[in-house]
Amino acid sequence: MKNDLCIEAVGKRFGAVQALNDVSLNIRPGELFGLIGPDGAGKTTLLRLLTGLLSLDEGGITVAGHALPQELGVVRSLVGYMPQRFSLYPDLSVVENLLFFARLFRVPSDQRHTRMQRLLRFSKLEPFTRRRAQALSGGMKQKLALSCILMHTPQVLLLDEPTTGVDPVSRREFWKILRELRNDGVTLLVTTPYMDEAEQCDRIAFLHQGTIIVEGDPRRLPDSYPAPLVEIRCTDVVRAAQILQDSGAAESVQIFGDRLHVVMTSEAHTSEPLREILRKRGIAVETIRQVDAAIEDLFVHLIRSHP
Amino acid sequence: MVSRIAAIMIKEFFHILRDPRSLAIIFLLPIIMILLFGYAITFDIREIPLGLLDHDRSTESRALAQSFAASGYFRIVKILSNPSEIETAIRRREIWAALVIPADFEKSRQTHAVQVVIDGSNANTAIIIGNTAQALLLDYSLTRLQTPMNPLFRIEPRILYNPALKSTNFIVPGLVAVFLLMVCALLTSITIAREKETGTLEQILVSPITALEIIIGKTTPYIILGFLVAVAVLIFAKVVFSVPFRGKPLELMVLSLFYIYASLSIGVFVSTRVRTQQVALMVSLVGTLLPSIFLSGFIYPIASMPHFLRILSLVVPARYYLQIIRGIMLKGIGFNELVWYAAVLFLFGSVLLGISIKSFQTKLEG
Amino acid sequence: MTDSFAVQVRDLCKKFGSFTAVDHVSFEVGKGEIFGFLGANGAGKTTTIRMLCGLLLPTSGIARVAGYDVYTQSDRIKSSIGYMSQKFSLYDDLTVVENVEFYAGIYGLNRDRKTALKRTREESGLGDFWNRLTRDLPLGWKQRLALTCAVLHRPPILFLDEPTSGVDPISRRRFWQTIYDLAEQGTTVFVTTHFMDEAEYCTRLMILYQGRVIALGTPAELKAEYKKPTIQETFIHLVDR
Repeated sequence: MKNDLCIEAVGKRFGAVQALNDVSLNIRPGELFGLIGPDGAGKTTLLRLLTGLLSLDEGGITVAGHALPQELGVVRSLVGYMPQRFSLYPDLSVVENLLFFARLFRVPSDQRHTRMQRLLRFSKLEPFTRRRAQALSGGMKQKLALSCILMHTPQVLLLDEPTTGVDPVSRREFWKILRELRNDGVTLLVTTPYMDEAEQCDRIAFLHQGTIIVEGDPRRLPDSYPAPLVEIRCTDVVRAAQILQDSGAAESVQIFGDRLHVVMTSEAHTSEPLREILRKRGIAVETIRQVDAAIEDLFVHLIRSHP
Repeated sequence: MVSRIAAIMIKEFFHILRDPRSLAIIFLLPIIMILLFGYAITFDIREIPLGLLDHDRSTESRALAQSFAASGYFRIVKILSNPSEIETAIRRREIWAALVIPADFEKSRQTHAVQVVIDGSNANTAIIIGNTAQALLLDYSLTRLQTPMNPLFRIEPRILYNPALKSTNFIVPGLVAVFLLMVCALLTSITIAREKETGTLEQILVSPITALEIIIGKTTPYIILGFLVAVAVLIFAKVVFSVPFRGKPLELMVLSLFYIYASLSIGVFVSTRVRTQQVALMVSLVGTLLPSIFLSGFIYPIASMPHFLRILSLVVPARYYLQIIRGIMLKGIGFNELVWYAAVLFLFGSVLLGISIKSFQTKLEG
Repeated sequence: MTDSFAVQVRDLCKKFGSFTAVDHVSFEVGKGEIFGFLGANGAGKTTTIRMLCGLLLPTSGIARVAGYDVYTQSDRIKSSIGYMSQKFSLYDDLTVVENVEFYAGIYGLNRDRKTALKRTREESGLGDFWNRLTRDLPLGWKQRLALTCAVLHRPPILFLDEPTSGVDPISRRRFWQTIYDLAEQGTTVFVTTHFMDEAEYCTRLMILYQGRVIALGTPAELKAEYKKPTIQETFIHLVDR
């Protein structure tokens, strides 16, 4: 079965606003594809187009060879969609929610039970089968939501920010499930605000103001970062960032947790002047070294250069 | 304190104005309801579709039929030629009753059995139709008697305030009372429940604002809105149903304010006890409509209620407003006679608001 | 207790029925700190913040915020704090400026309103959206507006409950820049987050697990103690066991 996603020159307008403009993507069968971009870039709109919840203005979409909107029925049966605000029935238990989705997608009754058991095991929700959805923690809710849409074994999964507001441990578990699904041959399109999640995708596309500006392997994409990047570990990074920004020795300074990423001005050849500037202001530099850019550096750079 | 109340009030006005669709519903809902119920609930029967089966076909029989048609109570819509057609026509609802005049109606001077066949599927109308036909026949036979009879006693009723006994005059003010209460209670109950649902209430509660300020700020804009709705509804009742207006409109408007205040306070009271808009909506609909239809004296006179319901009716605000609105519109009485009802409404509203403020948690639980 | 701490908590407990959401939590937050509050979903973070903001009464224990007792002086507390909840809670059908004016009114900031509004407009960077309906703002700008409204009355203590949830990296950076500026000016910031890079920016961190404090210290101390290179790994090590 060829469960790919073909998006060709898609455009979508809401009144005067061009939400998507000439968006083309080819997502291969069994690929874990990440869609990233700032708020309001059009990520949710694209996912809604793919599920036929919104109608296309321009371009074409085929899901596993079936064109939208002509074959909407087939597409809907192949696709599992998890919206940003997935609404489970809070007053139903875990099992009741799962069974509801099984009936909704007409899963044959002799298969319902085995599938449910498998999903409960898979999502580690087995101990909570009788708990009401409202009493689950945020991470468990998301896993239940995912399990619900997996009841009809969709070949293509569209997930809109599935881990927003979820703690790091639960996020890691959730992504482990996504990778297992990918290994089973399911095609996944996921949006996320977390750059560490973007790095776990097979490929990513960067959507900004309704247009794809970059697309590729997240491990290789940052190589396109145009300037040398220096990482500084020091005391009081916040003050250090301000000092470097004001000094004029750096093109831009970003705080990354406990360290700084500094893009040097083109005249600077070594990073030693930076250490000197900080030392004069009483900030002790632990390490200073040239590093490869990360996805987040690229993200910041891309948005800054596409105002 | 003033600035905080003002802040809530201004914001509340923005909410109202930003949502023209809801605003339209607020005005149209009571008007449509009054229109529908004003025409539907009527105790008068007019222009009943009547079938005529005239076996006699004489001057006399035509005169009788004519007297039925001229009364205004009946309209002859179908001329029937044999008895079997009666049932068919009634079943098809073409006619509600049939007048059957026997063949020797003119010739014979004996007492005739003029038959009236009535559709009994609605018992109420059937009784009214029967009584009306009876009265028309009696009237007709009296005029045809060669020696007019002088009865010994006659009742000569003189009906005050609603001389035509038009039931719309009686019902429409009642409808105004019922639906004004409903809309006002809905307004306040939903506005607070909505803030609970969206979480905006939580954001306000972490500020130094007090329950009193929130409730005053939330209620005041709706007093104004409720007043405008009341004006619109009263003008509508006057214009469309030509309900008489014997008293002073200004007095009615002033006294209506107290009723609006009481109605809004019901909404506030409901909203302090529920968590979602949906529940607020249900509770305020059921909680206002049922008592004000059944326990206010709108349809069933309070005096003829069982003792227990009579006591219960004391806490139904529509009961007092009915006195005010019927008093001013139909009786033309004024402020002095009605101010006590307004005082009761004010007390009712203030007690409910007081309880609401007291129980309104500036915390999230409870 | 002395008032040298912005927040002082001892043996704080909160029970909902038989469920203990917060279980004997004790900590102090110094003035001007950016105090990070981490934990899995359902660990009790939001419950703790709500108790400190006077939205929930504790079951037992002691808590003082800005020197005021949460049981008896919640009115005083409420004028000393700013609060931004997890869920975006401004009025969607109001414009940006109407929301700002509303909160100015709620906090009684009516003197010099015009200049205050003008200053807010400049400082917040919301000028471009000033007369737009709040519902039309991108998420990052909504969060910014929420923060602007929360600090309008210049509270000495600011409680932020997952303020950057779902926000893109650029907006998050801008948001945190504002938080540094506020801390620089002496505001105490109490913040929960699921972004572990944000946790690294905090002066001190507390990790809550099933209602109990399992770690408390500066980011550097915690990483050293558990021998992990990042807070992300420290957190996973502590919580996932």
